[in-house]
Amino acid sequence: MTTSMNNMDLHDLGVAELAAQLAAGTVSSVEVTQHFLNRMAQHSGLGAFLAVDADVSLAQAKAADARLAAGERTPLLGVPLAHKDVFVTRDFPTTAGSKMLENYRSPFDATVVSRLGVQAGGAGMVTLGKLNCDEFAMGSGNENSAYKPVQNPWDTSRVPGGSSGGSAAAVAARLVPAATGTDTGGSIRQPASLTGITGIKPTYGRCSRYGMVAFASSLDQAGPMARSALDCALLLSAMAGPDPDRDSTSLDLPAFDYAADLIAASPARTGEQPLKGLRIGIPKEWMTGTWNREEAGQVTKKGASIDVFNAVYAALREFEKLGAKLVTITLPLTELSIPVYYVIAPAEASSNLSRFDGVRYGHRAAQYTDLTDMYKKSRSEGFGDEATRRIMIGTYVLSHGYYDAYYLKAQKIRRLIAQDFQTAFTQCDVIAGPVSPTVAWKIGEKGDDPVASYLADIYTLSSSLAGLPGMSVPAGFGAGGMPVGLQLIGNYFKEAQLLGAAHQFQLATDWHQKAPGVSA
Amino acid sequence: MALTFEDIARVANLARLELRPDETAHTLSQLNGFFTLVEQMQAVNTDGVEPLAHPAALLGEVALRLRDDIASEPNQREASQISAPAVERGLFLVPKVIE
Repeated sequence: MTTSMNNMDLHDLGVAELAAQLAAGTVSSVEVTQHFLNRMAQHSGLGAFLAVDADVSLAQAKAADARLAAGERTPLLGVPLAHKDVFVTRDFPTTAGSKMLENYRSPFDATVVSRLGVQAGGAGMVTLGKLNCDEFAMGSGNENSAYKPVQNPWDTSRVPGGSSGGSAAAVAARLVPAATGTDTGGSIRQPASLTGITGIKPTYGRCSRYGMVAFASSLDQAGPMARSALDCALLLSAMAGPDPDRDSTSLDLPAFDYAADLIAASPARTGEQPLKGLRIGIPKEWMTGTWNREEAGQVTKKGASIDVFNAVYAALREFEKLGAKLVTITLPLTELSIPVYYVIAPAEASSNLSRFDGVRYGHRAAQYTDLTDMYKKSRSEGFGDEATRRIMIGTYVLSHGYYDAYYLKAQKIRRLIAQDFQTAFTQCDVIAGPVSPTVAWKIGEKGDDPVASYLADIYTLSSSLAGLPGMSVPAGFGAGGMPVGLQLIGNYFKEAQLLGAAHQFQLATDWHQKAPGVSA
Repeated sequence: MALTFEDIARVANLARLELRPDETAHTLSQLNGFFTLVEQMQAVNTDGVEPLAHPAALLGEVALRLRDDIASEPNQREASQISAPAVERGLFLVPKVIE
């Protein structure tokens, strides 16, 4: 950007570009914030937001401008973003997409929110609002939001993926330059894939879970969603880091500047092979097919969607051009990751959601006879279908007589799945494959068949169970002109390697720069 | 193994949920569909495998982290109760428990 900014173009800029404009004084944070607020209002029909408060956002922007005027120059200062509605925020309501938490106001900010925010010690980012999501982050189409579905900006009759569907749609439609998301079984990577943006789920424990409305505590992890690996790196550098007093599972590893190496590697040097020596493992189980559901309720192997595989293969060929070597690996328990995840995650969810008792916060029924009846009516009225289903599954698998056969068995296979990854990482540095077996589907198309939805999580669940970092990188387009993401999975703590590989791919391709033609 | 109506009623009670009769039948059929998938776990040999409760357990010894037992937060009773369904004089109200 060498010419002065036309405000009409601000939403076309990513995080790094906006930060540069703000640092140069070409534009103020108030101007940038107002521009995005206008754009959010213009495209409110997408359903991406659950809470917006222009006064709060503009006050934060003024605070950022004051820090800029005082000479502060930090990488994210004054750049706006929005938070998935599972992060609690003092200045905005937090619902987690559930009627249970309608009108809930948190007395504190989540650690991720305060690390990114404008208050002292924060990175100086302005909050544009709270983003729609599946209820308690349970879903992969954002159709389980208790408030409204989110539309995919590439085709508004289709889902944006989930559960971070509002985050993905808002970034893809250029309503925000970046967003936070959470990923329990794919909830950052899958919507990123389905909307053509970049998202990373870090190693379990990299970002504090303090103030994230809990779904499955041994799986939940926060991460950034933005247009490019560089923008994700900038955000992750601010989000990650130990939080020992508030999250007992936060990793005790120092904060890290994930963006420095990426900036040093830009621009691309032609004729070089920047990824020479990188071994990319392709799981043979992922290449042959995935699970779909037969009419009769039988689960069988079927061919995966060819358009997705074509895009993934083309992306892998691009990685080869950049010097990477493709090797075939095996993740033999891939298919088992579905039942294992859908036993463990609901078990943890049923425990976590037991806190909603209609006493301290959350919905309370109007009519009841006694305390137990109040619990039952409040919970049944407050939870939607999917949350109820998972509480039922979780309670069942943890109940007397079934614990060993289901919960303990799933935890044992979870260890085998994690060990398989370690075996695979002796043969490769990074694992690659699809994120989702298909492009985004039509809103309502999956109907009322939870198992069909669960099966579509095949490529994201195993790395979640192992706690490994993974990301989705835009890799082209499939059926209906819908985006396809390439998944990259790294070994523990290897976020920098993933972001570096994705950045080189994005220097050589322009899939991440494609924007949907969002109509007014 | 298929779940029965009695199972659904028992689990709903344990989870403090109240299902309408039509929901019970629907939930029963959905959970039975789901457990068909889950049964596939039984084919995996897990003899001698320790359960993995948490990925952190793979990243080295998990030391239970305890912080000092000191009051680190100011009193925020009002802010904490602002979302409570029923509060009186700083106390959460519940239906009578002891007659």
